[in-house]
Amino acid sequence: MVRVVLPFHLQTLARSEREVRLDIDGKITQRAVLDALEARYPMLRGTVREHLSLKRRPRVRFFADGEDVTFEPPDAELPASIASGERAFMIVGAVAGG
Amino acid sequence: MTAIRILVGTRKGAFILTSDGQRKKWSVDGPHFGGWEIYHMKGSSVDPDRIYASQTSSWFGQIIQRSDDGGKTWSQPGSGGKTEAAAESGMPQGESNLFVYDSSEETGKPLGTHQWYDGTQHPWEFARVWHLEPALDDPDSCYAGVEDAALFRTTDGGVTWHELAGLRGHESGPNWAPGAGGMCLHTIVLDPADKNRIFCAISAAGTFRSDDGGDTWKPINQGLHSEHIPDPTAEVGHCVHRIAIHPSKPNTLFMQKHWDVMRSDDGGDSWREVSGNLPSDFGFPIAVHAHEPETIYVVPILSDSLHYPPDGKLRVYRSRTGGEDWEALTNGLPQEHCYVNVLRDAMAVDTADPCGIYFGTTGGQVYASGDGGDHWEPIVRDLPAVLSVEAQTLS
Repeated sequence: MVRVVLPFHLQTLARSEREVRLDIDGKITQRAVLDALEARYPMLRGTVREHLSLKRRPRVRFFADGEDVTFEPPDAELPASIASGERAFMIVGAVAGG
Repeated sequence: MTAIRILVGTRKGAFILTSDGQRKKWSVDGPHFGGWEIYHMKGSSVDPDRIYASQTSSWFGQIIQRSDDGGKTWSQPGSGGKTEAAAESGMPQGESNLFVYDSSEETGKPLGTHQWYDGTQHPWEFARVWHLEPALDDPDSCYAGVEDAALFRTTDGGVTWHELAGLRGHESGPNWAPGAGGMCLHTIVLDPADKNRIFCAISAAGTFRSDDGGDTWKPINQGLHSEHIPDPTAEVGHCVHRIAIHPSKPNTLFMQKHWDVMRSDDGGDSWREVSGNLPSDFGFPIAVHAHEPETIYVVPILSDSLHYPPDGKLRVYRSRTGGEDWEALTNGLPQEHCYVNVLRDAMAVDTADPCGIYFGTTGGQVYASGDGGDHWEPIVRDLPAVLSVEAQTLS
């Protein structure tokens, strides 16, 4: 079970709590987490990653185990603390604007 | 018993204002989608409780919302408002916010490039939906004008959207350039007398018309004169801010251009200036009285560099002669220290009698007049900056 923390505006869109829990088989990577998130909450498709290209939207950042993993390869394994559910994978809207 | 519903899109959410036909007492419902930019909301004329909304964010992209109960509840088309259960049953597919330019061989056009601010070529990139125009004969059909400029259509209530690529793919496309707000298709006008005739306006490309339901398009900018572009009378490149028609005279179009108020009496084939005695002919919205096809309204703004009313006075100008002769409407509007703007989609009329007219400002006020503009009152004063206003007349 992987825990994912959503930014406020995606919580309202998904009608979810701040933290959602996802069951993921296999390697726990950024791509696997986002695939599972979008499968369970299809209304989030296109909001974190672009449709089709699956490129991260420019103002979205990812944090895992206290580290900024935004620019890590999407198929790189995330820290063990994320895979075990000890800590949450965080999707964050970049600080900008008012 | 007539009722009026005003759909207000703002920088930080949507608001719905309702009143009976007297238009004296209003209730304010909202914010819906708090914190999100709501560029536009519009209801179907076939089923007024079917309302489409464009919810956007520079962070999280484009969302389409739909209400089937007059704005009480909303969901993304196809989701049924559900999450996990819907996903397990195969719905939704998350397609309602999928706007992909059609570059397929069968129906599309090559993606190509358009002109950037510095004159170089720039690839077409989808940013957001500026305007939603429900079809006149089917509540499940709706057009969407998007940035970078293109026209999309849904025929399934907003679940899926498909580009009408003939417009973006017009041979003049590489000469289109963004205005200050981006290269947006912001106005869609459907001809009530001819199902195949559609008008669109793009900043800063100009006005276009299709006579075959959106497959092919022609620029209709003859008579426009824009001194800020290299060729002031070019076929495309004009920063048209808004166009409007009266349903009973669809061959007559009114235009608020960047500078200049214009009219056409031949379906856009030619235009002439009708700015007349306006204190400034720069502005954004233009509207036509519901029952008087030659009565039109604009809100003059000082200049392209100074987006606020002349002399700090918020004045709507009305012409009862289809332009040229204008009168200032000031009763109930602030006449000192007022420096708000009224954006292109932020003025609308109802079809009650007498005609009601409404506009929203960047200062968050929504003003209403129940007598064609003679007297104004604010419905609300302190909303977030208003991006769009639409009026529905309910029976």
